[in-house]
Amino acid sequence: MTTIALPSYEDATSRYETVIGLETHVELGTQTKMFCGCKTDFGAEPNTQVCPVCLALPGALPAMNGAAIEATIRIGLALNCDIAEWCRMARKNYFYPDMPKNFQTSQYDEPLCVDGHVDVVVDGKEYRIGIERVHIEEDTGKTLHVGGATGRIHGATESLVDYNRAGIPLVEIVTKPVPGLGELAPEVAKAYVAELRDIIRSLGVSDVRMEQGSLRCDVNTSLNKPGEEWGTRTETKNVNSLRSVERAVRSEVIRQAGVLDGGGKITQETRHFHEDRGDTSPGRSKETATDYRYFPEPDLVPIAPDPAWVAQLKSELPEKPSTKRARLREEWGISELDMQSVANAGAVELIEETIAAGASPAGARKWWMGELARRANELGIELSAAGATPAQVAALQKLVDEGKLNDKLARTVLEGVVAGEGDPAEVMAARGLEVVNDTGALTAAVDEAIAANPDIADKIRDGKVAAAGALVGAVMKTTRGQADAKTVRELILARLGVS
Amino acid sequence: MAAISREEVAHLARLSRLAVTEEELDRFAGQLDVILQSVARVGEVAAEDIPPTSHSVPLTNVYREDVPAPSLAQDAALSGAPDAYEGRFRVPRILDEED
Repeated sequence: MTTIALPSYEDATSRYETVIGLETHVELGTQTKMFCGCKTDFGAEPNTQVCPVCLALPGALPAMNGAAIEATIRIGLALNCDIAEWCRMARKNYFYPDMPKNFQTSQYDEPLCVDGHVDVVVDGKEYRIGIERVHIEEDTGKTLHVGGATGRIHGATESLVDYNRAGIPLVEIVTKPVPGLGELAPEVAKAYVAELRDIIRSLGVSDVRMEQGSLRCDVNTSLNKPGEEWGTRTETKNVNSLRSVERAVRSEVIRQAGVLDGGGKITQETRHFHEDRGDTSPGRSKETATDYRYFPEPDLVPIAPDPAWVAQLKSELPEKPSTKRARLREEWGISELDMQSVANAGAVELIEETIAAGASPAGARKWWMGELARRANELGIELSAAGATPAQVAALQKLVDEGKLNDKLARTVLEGVVAGEGDPAEVMAARGLEVVNDTGALTAAVDEAIAANPDIADKIRDGKVAAAGALVGAVMKTTRGQADAKTVRELILARLGVS
Repeated sequence: MAAISREEVAHLARLSRLAVTEEELDRFAGQLDVILQSVARVGEVAAEDIPPTSHSVPLTNVYREDVPAPSLAQDAALSGAPDAYEGRFRVPRILDEED
Protein backbone atom coordinates (compact mmCIF):
# COMPACT_ATOMS: atom_id res chain seq x y z
CA MET A 1 0.00 0.00 0.00
CA THR A 2 1.38 3.38 -0.97
CA THR A 3 1.23 6.05 1.64
CA ILE A 4 -0.12 9.39 0.53
CA ALA A 5 1.78 12.36 1.89
CA LEU A 6 -0.64 14.20 4.14
CA PRO A 7 -0.67 17.99 4.28
CA SER A 8 -0.84 19.83 7.59
CA TYR A 9 -4.31 20.95 8.66
CA GLU A 10 -3.39 24.61 8.11
CA ASP A 11 -2.07 23.83 4.64
CA ALA A 12 -5.21 21.85 3.76
CA THR A 13 -7.60 24.59 4.83
CA SER A 14 -5.58 27.25 3.03
CA ARG A 15 -6.20 25.47 -0.28
CA TYR A 16 -9.58 23.77 0.20
CA GLU A 17 -12.96 24.88 1.49
CA THR A 18 -14.86 22.56 3.80
CA VAL A 19 -18.54 21.71 3.97
CA ILE A 20 -19.69 19.84 7.05
CA GLY A 21 -23.00 18.35 8.10
CA LEU A 22 -23.95 16.59 11.31
CA GLU A 23 -26.43 13.84 12.04
CA THR A 24 -27.04 13.42 15.72
CA HIS A 25 -28.99 10.64 17.37
CA VAL A 26 -30.46 11.21 20.80
CA GLU A 27 -31.91 8.37 22.85
CA LEU A 28 -34.92 9.73 24.70
CA GLY A 29 -35.20 9.20 28.42
CA THR A 30 -38.75 7.85 28.33
CA GLN A 31 -39.75 5.17 30.81
CA THR A 32 -40.68 2.77 28.02
CA LYS A 33 -39.73 1.96 24.44
CA MET A 34 -41.14 3.63 21.34
CA PHE A 35 -43.64 0.96 20.38
CA CYS A 36 -44.03 -1.24 23.46
CA GLY A 37 -44.06 -1.02 27.25
CA CYS A 38 -40.59 -2.52 27.83
CA LYS A 39 -38.37 -0.51 30.15
CA THR A 40 -35.37 1.43 28.86
CA ASP A 41 -32.95 1.11 31.80
CA PHE A 42 -29.26 1.30 30.86
CA GLY A 43 -27.08 -1.65 31.81
CA ALA A 44 -29.80 -4.27 32.43
CA GLU A 45 -29.01 -7.97 31.92
CA PRO A 46 -29.15 -8.80 28.19
CA ASN A 47 -32.57 -9.53 26.71
CA THR A 48 -34.51 -8.84 29.91
CA GLN A 49 -36.21 -5.69 28.58
CA VAL A 50 -37.77 -7.29 25.53
CA CYS A 51 -41.24 -8.45 24.50
CA PRO A 52 -43.02 -9.82 21.42
CA VAL A 53 -43.18 -6.31 19.86
CA CYS A 54 -39.49 -5.39 20.09
CA LEU A 55 -38.45 -8.97 19.29
CA ALA A 56 -40.74 -8.88 16.24
CA LEU A 57 -42.52 -12.09 17.12
CA PRO A 58 -45.26 -12.99 14.64
CA GLY A 59 -48.50 -11.06 15.09
CA ALA A 60 -47.11 -8.44 17.47
CA LEU A 61 -48.31 -4.89 16.77
CA PRO A 62 -46.64 -1.61 17.74
CA ALA A 63 -48.32 1.07 19.88
CA MET A 64 -46.76 4.53 19.74
CA ASN A 65 -45.38 6.14 22.91
CA GLY A 66 -47.09 9.53 23.24
CA ALA A 67 -44.37 10.86 25.54
CA ALA A 68 -41.76 10.26 22.81
CA ILE A 69 -43.82 12.23 20.29
CA GLU A 70 -44.14 15.11 22.77
CA ALA A 71 -40.39 15.04 23.48
CA THR A 72 -39.57 15.11 19.76
CA ILE A 73 -41.86 18.08 19.19
CA ARG A 74 -40.27 19.92 22.12
CA ILE A 75 -36.80 19.26 20.70
CA GLY A 76 -37.99 20.54 17.32
CA LEU A 77 -39.44 23.68 18.89
CA ALA A 78 -36.27 24.33 20.91
CA LEU A 79 -34.32 24.10 17.63
CA ASN A 80 -36.65 26.68 16.03
CA CYS A 81 -38.26 24.14 13.72
CA ASP A 82 -41.71 24.10 12.15
CA ILE A 83 -43.80 21.18 13.38
CA ALA A 84 -45.54 19.09 10.72
CA GLU A 85 -49.33 19.28 10.84
CA TRP A 86 -49.51 15.70 9.59
CA CYS A 87 -46.84 13.08 9.05
CA ARG A 88 -46.30 9.34 9.02
CA MET A 89 -43.85 6.77 10.26
CA ALA A 90 -42.05 4.73 7.60
CA ARG A 91 -40.35 1.36 7.37
CA LYS A 92 -36.66 1.43 6.53
CA ASN A 93 -35.95 -2.08 5.27
CA TYR A 94 -32.55 -3.63 5.76
CA PHE A 95 -31.32 -7.05 6.70
CA TYR A 96 -29.06 -7.05 9.70
CA PRO A 97 -29.51 -8.84 13.04
CA ASP A 98 -29.51 -5.59 15.07
CA MET A 99 -33.21 -5.25 14.12
CA PRO A 100 -35.21 -8.46 14.45
CA LYS A 101 -38.03 -7.04 12.29
CA ASN A 102 -35.65 -6.64 9.33
CA PHE A 103 -36.75 -3.03 9.20
CA GLN A 104 -36.40 -0.02 11.43
CA THR A 105 -39.52 2.03 12.09
CA SER A 106 -38.41 5.54 11.24
CA GLN A 107 -39.57 8.55 9.26
CA TYR A 108 -38.65 9.22 5.66
CA ASP A 109 -39.98 12.12 3.58
CA GLU A 110 -42.39 13.34 6.27
CA PRO A 111 -40.30 14.24 9.35
CA LEU A 112 -42.09 15.56 12.42
CA CYS A 113 -40.01 18.76 12.58
CA VAL A 114 -38.33 20.72 9.76
CA ASP A 115 -36.33 23.82 8.99
CA GLY A 116 -34.85 25.14 12.22
CA HIS A 117 -31.53 26.54 13.37
CA VAL A 118 -29.06 26.63 16.24
CA ASP A 119 -26.70 29.53 16.89
CA VAL A 120 -23.27 28.79 18.33
CA VAL A 121 -20.41 31.06 19.34
CA VAL A 122 -16.79 30.21 18.57
CA ASP A 123 -13.99 32.65 19.34
CA GLY A 124 -16.52 35.41 19.99
CA LYS A 125 -18.21 35.02 16.60
CA GLU A 126 -21.73 33.67 16.10
CA TYR A 127 -22.46 30.96 13.52
CA ARG A 128 -25.95 29.85 12.51
CA ILE A 129 -26.28 26.12 11.87
CA GLY A 130 -29.39 25.28 9.84
CA ILE A 131 -31.47 22.29 10.94
CA GLU A 132 -32.84 20.32 8.02
CA ARG A 133 -35.06 17.95 9.98
CA VAL A 134 -35.77 16.29 13.31
CA HIS A 135 -37.49 12.94 13.18
CA ILE A 136 -38.43 10.10 15.51
CA GLU A 137 -37.34 6.50 15.06
CA GLU A 138 -36.27 3.55 17.17
CA ASP A 139 -32.84 2.44 18.32
CA THR A 140 -31.33 -0.89 17.28
CA GLY A 141 -30.08 -3.81 19.36
CA LYS A 142 -26.45 -4.22 20.39
CA THR A 143 -24.35 -6.75 18.52
CA LEU A 144 -21.19 -8.25 19.92
CA HIS A 145 -18.90 -9.87 17.37
CA VAL A 146 -17.04 -12.85 18.74
CA GLY A 147 -14.45 -15.26 17.48
CA GLY A 148 -12.19 -12.55 16.05
CA ALA A 149 -9.28 -10.98 17.85
CA THR A 150 -10.41 -7.38 17.49
CA GLY A 151 -14.04 -7.48 18.62
CA ARG A 152 -14.99 -6.05 15.25
CA ILE A 153 -16.77 -8.11 12.65
CA HIS A 154 -13.58 -8.67 10.68
CA GLY A 155 -12.43 -12.16 11.58
CA ALA A 156 -15.49 -12.78 13.74
CA THR A 157 -17.21 -16.12 13.38
CA GLU A 158 -20.52 -15.16 14.93
CA SER A 159 -22.44 -12.33 16.54
CA LEU A 160 -24.25 -12.17 19.87
CA VAL A 161 -27.26 -9.89 20.04
CA ASP A 162 -28.94 -8.10 22.95
CA TYR A 163 -32.26 -6.47 22.05
CA ASN A 164 -32.70 -4.40 25.24
CA ARG A 165 -31.83 -1.26 23.26
CA ALA A 166 -33.92 -2.24 20.23
CA GLY A 167 -37.00 -0.04 20.12
CA ILE A 168 -35.85 2.70 22.51
CA PRO A 169 -37.08 6.04 21.11
CA LEU A 170 -34.37 7.72 19.09
CA VAL A 171 -34.52 11.24 17.73
CA GLU A 172 -32.42 12.03 14.69
CA ILE A 173 -31.38 15.64 14.16
CA VAL A 174 -29.89 16.49 10.78
CA THR A 175 -28.23 19.80 9.95
CA LYS A 176 -28.22 21.48 6.60
CA PRO A 177 -24.79 21.46 4.95
CA VAL A 178 -22.61 24.12 6.57
CA PRO A 179 -20.12 25.76 4.19
CA GLY A 180 -17.85 28.72 4.74
CA LEU A 181 -16.42 27.84 8.14
CA GLY A 182 -12.82 27.75 6.89
CA GLU A 183 -10.33 26.37 9.36
CA LEU A 184 -12.87 26.70 12.20
CA ALA A 185 -15.06 23.83 10.90
CA PRO A 186 -13.90 21.36 13.60
CA GLU A 187 -14.47 23.87 16.42
CA VAL A 188 -17.89 24.91 15.10
CA ALA A 189 -18.91 21.25 14.74
CA LYS A 190 -17.92 20.62 18.35
CA ALA A 191 -19.66 23.79 19.57
CA TYR A 192 -22.83 22.76 17.71
CA VAL A 193 -22.94 19.34 19.35
CA ALA A 194 -22.24 20.91 22.75
CA GLU A 195 -25.05 23.44 22.24
CA LEU A 196 -27.41 20.72 21.03
CA ARG A 197 -26.55 18.65 24.10
CA ASP A 198 -27.21 21.61 26.41
CA ILE A 199 -30.52 22.42 24.72
CA ILE A 200 -31.75 18.83 24.94
CA ARG A 201 -30.55 18.48 28.51
CA SER A 202 -32.43 21.67 29.43
CA LEU A 203 -35.61 20.08 28.07
CA GLY A 204 -35.14 17.09 30.36
CA VAL A 205 -35.97 14.61 27.59
CA SER A 206 -32.64 12.74 27.53
CA ASP A 207 -29.56 12.45 29.70
CA VAL A 208 -27.53 13.09 26.49
CA ARG A 209 -24.44 11.23 27.68
CA MET A 210 -22.05 10.62 24.82
CA GLU A 211 -20.01 8.09 26.80
CA GLN A 212 -23.14 5.96 27.35
CA GLY A 213 -24.28 6.39 23.77
CA SER A 214 -27.46 8.33 24.52
CA LEU A 215 -26.08 11.06 22.23
CA ARG A 216 -24.27 9.83 19.13
CA CYS A 217 -22.93 11.82 16.27
CA ASP A 218 -22.12 11.17 12.61
CA VAL A 219 -20.04 13.81 10.87
CA ASN A 220 -20.22 14.47 7.13
CA THR A 221 -17.25 16.19 5.57
CA SER A 222 -16.38 17.26 2.05
CA LEU A 223 -13.73 19.47 0.49
CA ASN A 224 -13.75 21.63 -2.61
CA LYS A 225 -11.34 24.08 -4.21
CA PRO A 226 -12.49 27.72 -3.89
CA GLY A 227 -14.99 28.55 -6.65
CA GLU A 228 -15.70 24.91 -7.44
CA GLU A 229 -18.74 22.79 -6.60
CA TRP A 230 -18.95 21.01 -3.27
CA GLY A 231 -17.01 17.77 -3.21
CA THR A 232 -18.08 14.20 -2.48
CA ARG A 233 -18.77 13.73 1.21
CA THR A 234 -17.87 10.97 3.60
CA GLU A 235 -19.83 10.09 6.72
CA THR A 236 -17.77 9.45 9.83
CA LYS A 237 -19.42 7.27 12.47
CA ASN A 238 -18.43 6.19 15.94
CA VAL A 239 -17.75 9.75 17.12
CA ASN A 240 -18.40 9.37 20.81
CA SER A 241 -17.21 12.51 22.55
CA LEU A 242 -17.18 16.25 21.96
CA ARG A 243 -13.45 16.14 21.52
CA SER A 244 -13.83 13.38 18.92
CA VAL A 245 -16.25 15.52 16.90
CA GLU A 246 -13.51 18.09 16.52
CA ARG A 247 -10.80 15.53 15.84
CA ALA A 248 -12.94 13.59 13.34
CA VAL A 249 -13.53 16.67 11.17
CA ARG A 250 -9.89 17.69 11.38
CA SER A 251 -8.52 14.26 10.47
CA GLU A 252 -11.00 13.85 7.60
CA VAL A 253 -10.08 17.27 6.17
CA ILE A 254 -6.41 16.29 6.21
CA ARG A 255 -7.08 12.84 4.72
CA GLN A 256 -9.30 14.13 1.93
CA ALA A 257 -6.84 16.92 1.09
CA GLY A 258 -4.13 14.28 0.79
CA VAL A 259 -6.26 12.18 -1.60
CA LEU A 260 -7.22 15.22 -3.71
CA ASP A 261 -3.62 16.52 -3.79
CA GLY A 262 -2.54 13.17 -5.19
CA GLY A 263 -5.11 13.47 -8.00
CA GLY A 264 -7.42 10.93 -6.37
CA LYS A 265 -11.18 10.98 -5.91
CA ILE A 266 -13.14 10.85 -2.67
CA THR A 267 -15.39 7.81 -2.41
CA GLN A 268 -18.80 8.39 -0.88
CA GLU A 269 -18.62 6.02 2.06
CA THR A 270 -19.08 5.50 5.75
CA ARG A 271 -15.90 5.77 7.77
CA HIS A 272 -15.22 4.75 11.35
CA PHE A 273 -13.49 7.11 13.75
CA HIS A 274 -10.83 5.54 15.97
CA GLU A 275 -10.64 7.24 19.33
CA ASP A 276 -7.16 5.85 20.04
CA ARG A 277 -5.53 6.85 16.75
CA GLY A 278 -7.57 9.98 16.09
CA ASP A 279 -8.25 9.08 12.45
CA THR A 280 -10.82 7.22 10.35
CA SER A 281 -10.91 4.00 8.34
CA PRO A 282 -13.40 2.96 5.66
CA GLY A 283 -16.54 1.12 6.73
CA ARG A 284 -19.29 -0.53 4.74
CA SER A 285 -20.32 1.08 1.47
CA LYS A 286 -23.65 2.71 2.03
CA GLU A 287 -26.86 1.23 0.70
CA THR A 288 -28.75 3.89 -1.22
CA ALA A 289 -32.10 5.26 -0.05
CA THR A 290 -33.95 3.21 -2.68
CA ASP A 291 -32.25 0.07 -1.35
CA TYR A 292 -33.99 0.73 1.97
CA ARG A 293 -37.35 0.50 0.17
CA TYR A 294 -39.04 2.98 2.49
CA PHE A 295 -42.81 2.85 2.64
CA PRO A 296 -45.44 4.24 5.05
CA GLU A 297 -45.77 2.10 8.18
CA PRO A 298 -49.20 0.45 7.89
CA ASP A 299 -49.36 -0.59 11.57
CA LEU A 300 -49.17 2.97 12.94
CA VAL A 301 -51.65 5.73 12.17
CA PRO A 302 -50.42 9.20 11.11
CA ILE A 303 -49.23 11.81 13.61
CA ALA A 304 -51.19 15.07 13.47
CA PRO A 305 -50.26 17.29 16.43
CA ASP A 306 -52.98 19.74 17.47
CA PRO A 307 -51.59 23.25 16.68
CA ALA A 308 -52.95 24.54 20.01
CA TRP A 309 -51.02 21.84 21.86
CA VAL A 310 -47.85 22.64 19.89
CA ALA A 311 -48.29 26.35 20.73
CA GLN A 312 -48.67 25.44 24.38
CA LEU A 313 -45.51 23.27 24.32
CA LYS A 314 -43.67 26.17 22.69
CA SER A 315 -44.79 28.63 25.35
CA GLU A 316 -43.60 26.22 28.06
CA LEU A 317 -40.06 25.73 26.70
CA PRO A 318 -37.38 26.35 29.35
CA GLU A 319 -34.91 29.23 29.22
CA LYS A 320 -32.52 28.78 26.28
CA PRO A 321 -29.06 27.61 27.41
CA SER A 322 -27.43 30.61 25.68
CA THR A 323 -29.77 33.04 27.51
CA LYS A 324 -29.15 31.20 30.74
CA ARG A 325 -25.38 31.40 30.24
CA ALA A 326 -25.61 35.17 29.75
CA ARG A 327 -27.64 35.46 32.96
CA LEU A 328 -25.28 33.22 34.98
CA ARG A 329 -22.24 35.06 33.62
CA GLU A 330 -23.64 38.24 35.19
CA GLU A 331 -24.42 36.50 38.47
CA TRP A 332 -21.02 34.84 38.68
CA GLY A 333 -19.19 37.97 37.59
CA ILE A 334 -16.93 36.29 35.03
CA SER A 335 -15.80 37.24 31.53
CA GLU A 336 -17.45 35.99 28.35
CA LEU A 337 -14.34 34.01 27.53
CA ASP A 338 -14.40 32.30 30.94
CA MET A 339 -18.10 31.54 30.51
CA GLN A 340 -17.40 30.01 27.12
CA SER A 341 -14.76 27.75 28.66
CA VAL A 342 -17.24 26.74 31.34
CA ALA A 343 -19.86 25.96 28.69
CA ASN A 344 -17.43 24.07 26.47
CA ALA A 345 -16.38 21.98 29.45
CA GLY A 346 -20.02 21.07 30.10
CA ALA A 347 -19.75 22.67 33.52
CA VAL A 348 -22.61 25.22 33.53
CA GLU A 349 -25.18 23.07 35.34
CA LEU A 350 -22.56 21.45 37.55
CA ILE A 351 -21.30 24.82 38.79
CA GLU A 352 -24.85 26.11 39.12
CA GLU A 353 -25.80 23.12 41.27
CA THR A 354 -22.62 23.46 43.33
CA ILE A 355 -23.49 27.08 44.07
CA ALA A 356 -27.04 26.03 44.94
CA ALA A 357 -25.49 23.55 47.39
CA GLY A 358 -23.79 26.42 49.19
CA ALA A 359 -20.46 27.15 47.47
CA SER A 360 -19.37 30.59 46.26
CA PRO A 361 -19.29 31.07 42.46
CA ALA A 362 -15.49 31.34 42.51
CA GLY A 363 -15.10 28.30 44.75
CA ALA A 364 -17.44 26.17 42.65
CA ARG A 365 -15.82 27.19 39.37
CA LYS A 366 -12.31 26.58 40.70
CA TRP A 367 -12.83 22.85 41.32
CA TRP A 368 -14.89 22.05 38.23
CA MET A 369 -12.67 23.97 35.84
CA GLY A 370 -9.47 22.93 37.65
CA GLU A 371 -8.88 19.47 39.07
CA LEU A 372 -12.06 17.87 37.74
CA ALA A 373 -11.83 19.30 34.22
CA ARG A 374 -8.22 18.15 34.05
CA ARG A 375 -9.22 14.66 35.11
CA ALA A 376 -12.11 14.52 32.61
CA ASN A 377 -9.76 15.68 29.86
CA GLU A 378 -7.09 13.13 30.69
CA LEU A 379 -9.58 10.28 30.75
CA GLY A 380 -11.51 11.58 27.75
CA ILE A 381 -14.81 11.53 29.66
CA GLU A 382 -17.59 14.03 30.31
CA LEU A 383 -17.06 16.34 33.26
CA SER A 384 -20.26 15.06 34.84
CA ALA A 385 -18.66 11.60 34.90
CA ALA A 386 -15.43 12.80 36.52
CA GLY A 387 -16.42 11.21 39.84
CA ALA A 388 -17.63 14.05 42.06
CA THR A 389 -21.13 15.45 42.55
CA PRO A 390 -22.00 19.14 42.94
CA ALA A 391 -22.93 18.44 46.58
CA GLN A 392 -19.50 16.90 47.22
CA VAL A 393 -17.68 19.81 45.61
CA ALA A 394 -19.73 22.26 47.67
CA ALA A 395 -18.88 20.29 50.84
CA LEU A 396 -15.19 20.33 49.90
CA GLN A 397 -15.19 24.08 49.38
CA LYS A 398 -17.00 24.54 52.70
CA LEU A 399 -14.20 22.63 54.48
CA VAL A 400 -11.68 24.95 52.81
CA ASP A 401 -13.68 28.04 53.76
CA GLU A 402 -13.85 26.85 57.38
CA GLY A 403 -10.09 26.43 57.44
CA LYS A 404 -10.28 22.68 58.00
CA LEU A 405 -8.53 21.98 54.70
CA ASN A 406 -5.89 23.98 52.92
CA ASP A 407 -5.65 23.99 49.18
CA LYS A 408 -3.20 21.13 48.97
CA LEU A 409 -5.12 18.89 51.36
CA ALA A 410 -8.37 19.71 49.58
CA ARG A 411 -6.88 18.40 46.35
CA THR A 412 -5.91 15.17 48.08
CA VAL A 413 -9.42 14.87 49.55
CA LEU A 414 -10.91 15.41 46.09
CA GLU A 415 -8.71 12.62 44.76
CA GLY A 416 -10.24 10.37 47.38
CA VAL A 417 -13.76 11.50 46.48
CA VAL A 418 -13.32 10.73 42.78
CA ALA A 419 -11.72 7.41 43.72
CA GLY A 420 -15.04 6.52 45.33
CA GLU A 421 -13.92 6.77 48.96
CA GLY A 422 -17.02 8.76 49.92
CA ASP A 423 -17.92 12.35 50.71
CA PRO A 424 -15.16 14.88 51.53
CA ALA A 425 -15.70 14.61 55.29
CA GLU A 426 -15.43 10.81 55.11
CA VAL A 427 -12.28 10.92 53.00
CA MET A 428 -10.80 13.49 55.37
CA ALA A 429 -11.50 11.30 58.41
CA ALA A 430 -10.41 8.05 56.76
CA ARG A 431 -7.13 9.47 55.48
CA GLY A 432 -6.48 11.63 58.54
CA LEU A 433 -6.27 14.79 56.49
CA GLU A 434 -7.03 17.87 58.51
CA VAL A 435 -5.30 21.16 58.86
CA VAL A 436 -3.41 21.19 62.14
CA ASN A 437 -5.21 23.88 64.10
CA ASP A 438 -3.90 22.78 67.44
CA THR A 439 -1.89 25.89 68.27
CA GLY A 440 0.25 24.01 70.76
CA ALA A 441 1.42 21.49 68.16
CA LEU A 442 1.94 24.23 65.59
CA THR A 443 3.92 26.41 67.96
CA ALA A 444 6.14 23.47 68.81
CA ALA A 445 6.77 22.85 65.12
CA VAL A 446 7.50 26.54 64.55
CA ASP A 447 9.94 26.68 67.47
CA GLU A 448 11.64 23.56 66.16
CA ALA A 449 12.03 25.14 62.71
CA ILE A 450 13.44 28.34 64.23
CA ALA A 451 15.89 26.41 66.36
CA ALA A 452 17.02 24.34 63.37
CA ASN A 453 17.59 27.41 61.18
CA PRO A 454 19.13 30.12 63.38
CA ASP A 455 20.60 32.01 60.37
CA ILE A 456 17.24 32.40 58.72
CA ALA A 457 15.63 33.34 62.02
CA ASP A 458 18.23 36.12 62.44
CA LYS A 459 17.52 37.47 58.96
CA ILE A 460 13.83 37.66 59.74
CA ARG A 461 14.52 39.40 63.04
CA ASP A 462 16.57 41.91 61.01
CA GLY A 463 13.45 42.66 58.97
CA LYS A 464 13.96 40.35 55.97
CA VAL A 465 10.41 39.05 56.26
CA ALA A 466 10.59 37.33 52.86
CA ALA A 467 12.98 34.77 54.35
CA ALA A 468 10.08 33.40 56.41
CA GLY A 469 9.11 31.26 53.40
CA ALA A 470 11.91 28.80 54.15
CA LEU A 471 10.68 28.34 57.72
CA VAL A 472 7.08 27.97 56.56
CA GLY A 473 8.31 25.20 54.27
CA ALA A 474 10.06 23.46 57.15
CA VAL A 475 6.93 23.59 59.31
CA MET A 476 4.74 22.32 56.48
CA LYS A 477 7.15 19.43 56.13
CA THR A 478 7.02 18.43 59.79
CA THR A 479 3.22 18.70 59.78
CA ARG A 480 3.06 16.70 56.51
CA GLY A 481 1.29 19.56 54.74
CA GLN A 482 -1.54 19.57 57.22
CA ALA A 483 -1.10 23.14 58.38
CA ASP A 484 -2.46 26.36 57.00
CA ALA A 485 0.51 28.15 55.43
CA LYS A 486 -0.84 31.60 56.28
CA THR A 487 -1.33 30.74 59.94
CA VAL A 488 2.17 29.23 60.11
CA ARG A 489 3.68 32.35 58.61
CA GLU A 490 1.88 34.61 61.08
CA LEU A 491 2.99 32.37 63.92
CA ILE A 492 6.65 32.46 62.81
CA LEU A 493 6.64 36.23 62.54
CA ALA A 494 4.95 36.52 65.95
CA ARG A 495 7.50 34.19 67.60
CA LEU A 496 10.33 36.24 66.11
CA GLY A 497 8.68 39.46 67.22
CA VAL A 498 8.36 41.12 63.82
CA SER A 499 4.60 41.07 63.26
CA MET B 1 -43.09 -4.35 -20.83
CA ALA B 2 -42.39 -6.20 -17.61
CA ALA B 3 -42.96 -4.24 -14.38
CA ILE B 4 -39.89 -5.78 -12.76
CA SER B 5 -36.69 -7.00 -14.36
CA ARG B 6 -34.74 -10.13 -13.58
CA GLU B 7 -31.87 -7.89 -12.41
CA GLU B 8 -34.17 -6.05 -9.97
CA VAL B 9 -35.30 -9.34 -8.49
CA ALA B 10 -31.67 -10.41 -8.08
CA HIS B 11 -30.89 -7.08 -6.40
CA LEU B 12 -33.85 -7.42 -4.01
CA ALA B 13 -32.80 -10.98 -3.22
CA ARG B 14 -29.31 -9.77 -2.35
CA LEU B 15 -30.69 -6.97 -0.10
CA SER B 16 -32.84 -9.57 1.64
CA ARG B 17 -29.88 -11.96 1.92
CA LEU B 18 -31.80 -14.66 0.05
CA ALA B 19 -29.92 -17.25 -1.99
CA VAL B 20 -31.85 -17.49 -5.25
CA THR B 21 -30.91 -19.80 -8.12
CA GLU B 22 -30.91 -18.75 -11.77
CA GLU B 23 -34.06 -20.76 -12.41
CA GLU B 24 -35.78 -19.20 -9.42
CA LEU B 25 -34.90 -15.71 -10.65
CA ASP B 26 -36.75 -16.40 -13.88
CA ARG B 27 -39.72 -17.88 -12.07
CA PHE B 28 -39.98 -15.15 -9.38
CA ALA B 29 -39.54 -12.34 -11.90
CA GLY B 30 -42.51 -13.74 -13.80
CA GLN B 31 -44.64 -14.16 -10.67
CA LEU B 32 -43.78 -10.74 -9.25
CA ASP B 33 -44.55 -9.19 -12.62
CA VAL B 34 -48.09 -10.56 -12.52
CA ILE B 35 -48.58 -9.17 -9.00
CA LEU B 36 -47.19 -5.74 -9.87
CA GLN B 37 -49.22 -5.47 -13.07
CA SER B 38 -52.37 -6.33 -11.11
CA VAL B 39 -51.66 -3.72 -8.44
CA ALA B 40 -50.82 -1.15 -11.12
CA ARG B 41 -54.37 -1.45 -12.45
CA VAL B 42 -55.57 0.30 -9.28
CA GLY B 43 -53.68 3.38 -10.46
CA GLU B 44 -55.68 3.41 -13.66
CA VAL B 45 -58.93 4.09 -11.85
CA ALA B 46 -57.50 6.56 -9.32
CA ALA B 47 -58.42 10.08 -10.41
CA GLU B 48 -56.60 13.29 -9.53
CA ASP B 49 -58.90 13.91 -6.59
CA ILE B 50 -58.15 10.59 -4.92
CA PRO B 51 -55.01 10.85 -2.78
CA PRO B 52 -52.82 7.77 -2.23
CA THR B 53 -53.96 5.80 0.82
CA SER B 54 -51.52 4.37 3.33
CA HIS B 55 -54.03 3.51 6.03
CA SER B 56 -57.48 2.05 5.66
CA VAL B 57 -58.87 3.65 8.84
CA PRO B 58 -59.13 7.45 9.08
CA LEU B 59 -57.45 7.73 12.48
CA THR B 60 -54.60 9.92 13.70
CA ASN B 61 -52.75 10.36 17.01
CA VAL B 62 -53.23 6.96 18.59
CA TYR B 63 -50.81 6.92 21.49
CA ARG B 64 -49.93 4.78 24.46
CA GLU B 65 -49.14 6.12 27.95
CA ASP B 66 -45.43 5.98 28.85
CA VAL B 67 -45.99 3.37 31.55
CA PRO B 68 -43.83 0.22 31.79
CA ALA B 69 -45.44 -3.13 31.10
CA PRO B 70 -43.92 -6.50 32.01
CA SER B 71 -41.25 -7.81 29.64
CA LEU B 72 -40.49 -11.43 28.86
CA ALA B 73 -38.07 -13.28 31.10
CA GLN B 74 -34.68 -13.82 29.48
CA ASP B 75 -35.13 -17.57 28.99
CA ALA B 76 -38.60 -17.01 27.51
CA ALA B 77 -37.22 -14.35 25.17
CA LEU B 78 -34.51 -16.72 23.96
CA SER B 79 -36.70 -19.83 23.87
CA GLY B 80 -37.59 -19.49 20.19
CA ALA B 81 -34.05 -18.75 19.08
CA PRO B 82 -32.12 -21.43 17.14
CA ASP B 83 -29.07 -20.61 19.24
CA ALA B 84 -28.16 -18.47 22.25
CA TYR B 85 -25.11 -17.80 24.40
CA GLU B 86 -24.90 -16.11 27.81
CA GLY B 87 -28.29 -14.47 27.52
CA ARG B 88 -27.77 -13.28 23.97
CA PHE B 89 -29.08 -14.44 20.63
CA ARG B 90 -26.32 -16.16 18.70
CA VAL B 91 -26.37 -15.49 14.95
CA PRO B 92 -23.95 -16.33 12.14
CA ARG B 93 -21.40 -13.74 11.16
CA ILE B 94 -22.93 -11.34 8.65
CA LEU B 95 -20.69 -10.90 5.64
CA ASP B 96 -19.93 -7.76 3.68
CA GLU B 97 -21.59 -5.39 6.08
CA GLU B 98 -18.57 -3.85 7.70
CA ASP B 99 -14.83 -3.95 7.22
